[in-house]
Amino acid sequence: MSTVLRLDRITKRFGGVTANDDVTLKLKEGEILALLGENGAGKTTLMNILFGHYAADEGTVKVFGKTLPPGRPRAAIKAGVGMVHQHFTLAGNLSVLDNVMLGSEPLLRAKSRCEEGRARLLALSEQFGLTVDPDARVLGLSIGERQRVEILKALYRDARILILDEPTAVLARPEAHRLFDTLRSMTRQGLSIIFISHKLNEVMAASDRITILREGRIMAERTPTETSSDELAELMVGCRVTRPKREAHAIGPPRLVAEDVTVHLDGKPMLKGVSFTVHAGEILGIVGVSGNGQVALGALLSGVAAPETGRLTLEGREIGGQGPRAFIAEGVGRIPEDRHAEGVVGELSVWENGVLEHLATPEFSTHGFVRRGVARCHAADLIKRFDVRGATPEMRIRLLSGGNIQKLILGRVLAAAPKVIIANQPTRGLDEGAIAAVHGELLSAREAGAATILISEDLEEAVGLSDRLQAIVGGRLSQPVAAERADSRRLGLMMAGVWEELGDAA
Amino acid sequence: MRLERRASVPWTLAVSTPFVAIAVALALSAMLILAAGVNPLLAYVEILRGSLGSRLAVTETLTRAVPLVLTGLAVAVAFRARFWNIGGEGQFYLGALSVAWVGHNLISGLPPAIGIAVLIVVGMVAGALLLSGPAYLRLRFGVDEVVTTLLMNFIVILFVGLMIEGPLRDPLAFGWPQSVPVDKAYRLPDLIPNTRLHIGLLIALTIAGIIWLLLARTVFGMEARALGLNARAAEFAGVSLPRTIIGVALLSGGLAGLAGVIEVTGVTGGVTTTMSPGFGYAGIVVAMLAALHPAGVVAAAVFVATIFVGADAMSRATGVPSFIADVIVALALLTMLVALLFSSYRIRR
Repeated sequence: MSTVLRLDRITKRFGGVTANDDVTLKLKEGEILALLGENGAGKTTLMNILFGHYAADEGTVKVFGKTLPPGRPRAAIKAGVGMVHQHFTLAGNLSVLDNVMLGSEPLLRAKSRCEEGRARLLALSEQFGLTVDPDARVLGLSIGERQRVEILKALYRDARILILDEPTAVLARPEAHRLFDTLRSMTRQGLSIIFISHKLNEVMAASDRITILREGRIMAERTPTETSSDELAELMVGCRVTRPKREAHAIGPPRLVAEDVTVHLDGKPMLKGVSFTVHAGEILGIVGVSGNGQVALGALLSGVAAPETGRLTLEGREIGGQGPRAFIAEGVGRIPEDRHAEGVVGELSVWENGVLEHLATPEFSTHGFVRRGVARCHAADLIKRFDVRGATPEMRIRLLSGGNIQKLILGRVLAAAPKVIIANQPTRGLDEGAIAAVHGELLSAREAGAATILISEDLEEAVGLSDRLQAIVGGRLSQPVAAERADSRRLGLMMAGVWEELGDAA
Repeated sequence: MRLERRASVPWTLAVSTPFVAIAVALALSAMLILAAGVNPLLAYVEILRGSLGSRLAVTETLTRAVPLVLTGLAVAVAFRARFWNIGGEGQFYLGALSVAWVGHNLISGLPPAIGIAVLIVVGMVAGALLLSGPAYLRLRFGVDEVVTTLLMNFIVILFVGLMIEGPLRDPLAFGWPQSVPVDKAYRLPDLIPNTRLHIGLLIALTIAGIIWLLLARTVFGMEARALGLNARAAEFAGVSLPRTIIGVALLSGGLAGLAGVIEVTGVTGGVTTTMSPGFGYAGIVVAMLAALHPAGVVAAAVFVATIFVGADAMSRATGVPSFIADVIVALALLTMLVALLFSSYRIRR
């Protein structure tokens, strides 16, 4: 097999930080190469250099034997490189066909060759088994479908080398399987693929070769047959990371109780008559495939959405729909699903984000004036106690990595000694080290008697942390099962909505 | 070539941004002055001489800066919360008109200090109420406040015209369209005798200090800023969107209304439809040049006033039309917007 792509001794620095340090990488024809590394290991930077988004400080990129001019995405596209970004770059108000053709036509042509484009798109979608409706608006598409459009967009521009940045970060498990089947069939038709990931099981399952990147340097190269998940984890993180384990302990009285709650979002019922009880010192896991009502459940439990019918009570008092401020005042700590959109205000400083939720309390303000000294000390404490790396109270929080932002949010929640914790996808997108830290904190809050609701798509996480589990399917909740009895077969059935015949409630 | 976001903006860069913007605006305007057949340097020297060249000129410039400080603050307060109040001009006029109406003879007999205080409250309430309409429409129906506040300006100015041709017409103005004047007892005292500079300058500076304190040190200020930067996260953290937006709107409208009060009680006495050379709109330029910072607003207001006042003198001396002042100020807004972009992003090749 011939080498289609060669990155030679690439070095890239941002200020004082070296994102890529002397990286050399080869991609062979018809191969799937996995680029494995933690958040901040330099994977995305490397691919951005390859695609011409960044210009390398040193080193060259060769595609099909020709050196690419640095910093020119158009040259990369022309040479046959296609990139599917982690955050999609589609125009939501345009149709699939428009999105695919956008930018591939000369600016100065009176009429768009729409019909040719459509025929070409349909042929490609047929050839690679990527079904899409060319006339559908992107806004109405699911995440999985949008990703297919992104891939088609690259193929439409005659990509022979496809780069996918964390393609499964946004996908549910079955969708991810489908994606890898598609990628495999693409390589059989001569395409070569690089995908970026920090998930061990998927690089083991889906790649031909694995390159492990750590702190901007290539640590090792392996094939799935000659390595194991454990070895990869060690190479990736640099030391052995084990997730903390839940230990049995006595649970307390009921804290947060939902009775037959229905929630509407945008006028549509997204939660339909759900009931659950979570006790002091207990973690209740809510598992399910994404898009089954987790968003509405998160909104209800964080005070953003009000119950249409039914009751949500905290220690017997009605709390549903009283707004985020009332939830915070009642001692409900909330970890939002989307830390950038809901968790923090990126342009505000770390200390401001640390106290925003509790600004109106006497601890952080008197007579409407913010107690800035106290607030700064509070932030410094959070940074120290929760190991928020690279943070100072004064810096803008958007400069922190996702994992460190999450640690700060977690710290903000836990420092208030909450009675109830709502943890909505608390480790999504985090690397192993950060996951272990978040799990440890949630477990010690459980030890301290907090009642926790954990909404997660990560089954391993949900089973590992939860005392009891309920599945969410189509806006309804199953009966709870004890974690000890939740084997994968039972969970699979529950998540498919088959729970009536299981019968035995825990 | 692409834009890359700076990790952080060094304060030296942040402070120098408006100066660079102004320099570029002046350089661009120089071409127009050149086209008018005049040496730009000469024209700029004449502007400076006209606005800062004598004691009287300086007081004139400061007098002109007073309403600009207030309309600039009005815009800064609103824009920080991403509430786009383009209606400062209308709020200015309504504040002015309400003061002429109330101050003419409705409250005669009060001690001057109390009377002035009453007028200030009346004008601020008028401006605040005017902006509360667009704020309500935005919150209730999602109506874009840029459109409503901008269009309200024309309605208010026509309403002022109606009033000063009709019920509030000054019978002693010899047919000149002007409102009845505010009672002499309630005019703002002069700060320096025999000039037009009045204590409104001290009021404006005090208000700027208060607004700075409010924005930088209080819960309200921080919540408004958080809301402007990321509304979803702010709401998630318990900040009330309606309450904060209404608060911001009342404050912003009140400040623009106050500018009208100060101008009527300090300078003109009565209201005409030409009393504002665009104080409300210029407030947007002032606030942007100040990067929405209250202290910067004061400095930017003085700069804009310098251009406006000096342009007339320059026009007399060189023959370049004084409209060049509008051009310079408008260009300064555009160059500032570009400069702000380049202060938070850098170009990468």
